[in-house]
Amino acid sequence: MSCNLDIVLAGFGGQGVLFAGKLIAYAGLLEGREVSWLPSYGPEMRGGTANCSVCLSDDPIGSPLVTSPNALVAMNQPSLDKFEGSVVEGGVAVVDSTLVQRVPEIPGVRMRALPATAMAEEAGFKKLANIILAGKLYAETSFCEEETLWKAMEKCVPARKAAMLEMNKQALKLGMEA
Amino acid sequence: MKGNEALAEAALRAGCRFFFGYPITPQTELAAYMSKRMPKVGGTYLQAESEVAAINMVYGAAAAGARVMTSSSSPGISLKGEGISYMAGADLPGVIINVQRGGPGLGGIQPSQADYWQATRALGHGDFHVVVYAPSTVQEMADYAYGAFDVADKYRTPVMILADGMLGQMMEPVELPDPLDPADLPEKPWATSGHGHARAHNVVNSLYLTADALERLNVERYERYARIERDEQRAETFMTDDADIVAVAFGASARVARSAVVAAREQGIKAGLVRPITLWPFPVDAIEATVPSAKAYLSVEMSMGQMVDDVRLAVAGRRPVDFYGRTGGVIPTPAEVLGKLATMNEDLAKGGE
Amino acid sequence: MAEKELKTVFERPHALLPVVTNYCPGCTHGIVNRLVAECLDELDVEGRSVGVAPVGCSVMAYDFFGCDMIEAAHGRAPAVATAVKRVHPEGVVFAYQGDGDLASIGMAETIHAATRGEHITVIFINNAIYGMTGGQMAPTSLPNQVTQTSPYGRDVSAAGYPIRVCELLSSLDGVAYLERVTVDCPKNVRKAKKAIKKAFQNQVDGVGYSLVEVVSTCPTNWGMTPQEAFVWMRENMLPYYPLGVYKDVVAEGYANAAEAAAARAAACPMANPAPATEGGAR
Repeated sequence: MSCNLDIVLAGFGGQGVLFAGKLIAYAGLLEGREVSWLPSYGPEMRGGTANCSVCLSDDPIGSPLVTSPNALVAMNQPSLDKFEGSVVEGGVAVVDSTLVQRVPEIPGVRMRALPATAMAEEAGFKKLANIILAGKLYAETSFCEEETLWKAMEKCVPARKAAMLEMNKQALKLGMEA
Repeated sequence: MKGNEALAEAALRAGCRFFFGYPITPQTELAAYMSKRMPKVGGTYLQAESEVAAINMVYGAAAAGARVMTSSSSPGISLKGEGISYMAGADLPGVIINVQRGGPGLGGIQPSQADYWQATRALGHGDFHVVVYAPSTVQEMADYAYGAFDVADKYRTPVMILADGMLGQMMEPVELPDPLDPADLPEKPWATSGHGHARAHNVVNSLYLTADALERLNVERYERYARIERDEQRAETFMTDDADIVAVAFGASARVARSAVVAAREQGIKAGLVRPITLWPFPVDAIEATVPSAKAYLSVEMSMGQMVDDVRLAVAGRRPVDFYGRTGGVIPTPAEVLGKLATMNEDLAKGGE
Repeated sequence: MAEKELKTVFERPHALLPVVTNYCPGCTHGIVNRLVAECLDELDVEGRSVGVAPVGCSVMAYDFFGCDMIEAAHGRAPAVATAVKRVHPEGVVFAYQGDGDLASIGMAETIHAATRGEHITVIFINNAIYGMTGGQMAPTSLPNQVTQTSPYGRDVSAAGYPIRVCELLSSLDGVAYLERVTVDCPKNVRKAKKAIKKAFQNQVDGVGYSLVEVVSTCPTNWGMTPQEAFVWMRENMLPYYPLGVYKDVVAEGYANAAEAAAARAAACPMANPAPATEGGAR
């Protein structure tokens, strides 16, 4: 059921795109697939843009830098503007419509907009818009077994932060059901 | 695990207990990892006042008989050139990591492979070589960092791991090698660790004021280099058996080239890849094996074209050697490389008519 | 005639090898090399000592001392010595450096080894000139001093002022002991010996970084006889580089450099956290 995914996750620094990418990569790792996670990096700056490339594959991964994603998660307008043209036909784009005013139509690309930031605030998990979007991406692509996804979350959030883990799981669920 | 962290953890597992560095992007995670772990394993992490001081600390720790490592990125490696030359001249083992970024000068901080010439030709002044490994996965970052210490000790030479910002920053699954206890490592009878009145004094030195003596030592060292060239060449080949066009690429650009080769095959272009893992010694044997069947070569690099010199030397005029690269921190895409392969393929078809 | 029993009244220190040095006649390096070797003998540490030689006239010192020796790149002896001491904390590690090596090209390494409080001993030969390369201006050349590269005399408006190393390092918390000595007469040689021995004893006792500056001569490049050179040194160098102790944490009543540093920073809570009181409140 699992397909090869080349994912770009993009947003502002601090929105958690790197963490969301790590969650997805971990899920792939737990299923014994070939995975890679590559962050953009630049001069250390709060509030700058951040993105990462995640590849899940059954074959050895060539370039880990995703230039033609078949899945895009965009957490703000500049990120969507930057990457919308690169998504391949048949791909999916998941965007946070709280922060993205202009949701474009991209021919051949499934556009899924959800107000993740507003949903997160409403549910009381401020800062977990990234996880809600990851949940939505999961609903769209089923990039792993569901059980694996929960296990990956447990790997990514340290056990001593039990409350955090619970909130993350709820956010993930919220995204999956959105 | 991030590539930079894999380098650090593998070094610890190889029994390295001394790390001297100076902050520079994009190798920071490595130093941070060492600063966290070294005190826990009874080792020394020391942030030196400069790269110059750091490499001379490496020189000192190596002279004292320890497994020792330093890491930096391109501009910092230029500063370390002094100490690397002295290490070579004094036959000291040690591991130097270069997580390359774009240059020259302060350059940029995005990934690059433009220090190929520096690593393989001119890491410092004088007649010498340094063994240079170019891993292309996080797993290889761990494997070759671990093995580098053995090679360094075996041949009493500095060894460089030539990585780049992409490999350093990326995360991939990695299986780590078994940890060694530094106490179990073989003795180094030449080390300056105090003679205890049990032997004559040891001297670690690279100064020879008699020309004949210096020549003799350099010639002896080159005999050792010849053994390294014979025994330590490493390369991976991919679909080269029937390839018309053989791409040659290392490190991060080899991953791009591999993707391009796969895509080319899907289009019916008979492409293959030779991936040098050692840059010095350059894997001439692996290239040589492809010469009978190959019609042309393409060196793919993240520079203006440096390794292409070695490909030309290995091919020695028997086949045309072309180059494709991006520089300044720009990573070539598989599509770009595929385009180049397709053009070359068309030219071959025309030429064959 | 019954043979009289022979008594040894003078001999080569064990830690000094029986070799001919490359030093010019009348050079003070020979005296200081010997003093260092005597100290290694008297403290019985030759077997666990590692010396680091510089680039300069004493570049060949690795052939003169009997302990294990390392030849460092120009100016880098403190960095090399730092690492050797970290690898062998039980060893006795010393750097032997001249003024160009220590105070010019190696100033960063000097200052940082000192401020880190490396447990090493540094012997600093200050003769106000580059000897090995043929008499160029040094960081410690005096104002108006004529050298090969200051042929009209050191012009401080262009070349700046000499560096007083002991004074400079005395502000650093990592430093345990600094003394400036000379070896122009038997009395001063004895004083120098005492200072060098203390600098080694400090290392053995874990007191901290110790440096002894020996104001020296260079008859060859100064263009003088050895006697004239000592006269010139006494008249010109000693007023600029006064002899004496510039720092001695033990004399100040501290056990080591760390204790002295803590006392100096007593008002800074970050540098000097108060020990947790009963009940853990702070």
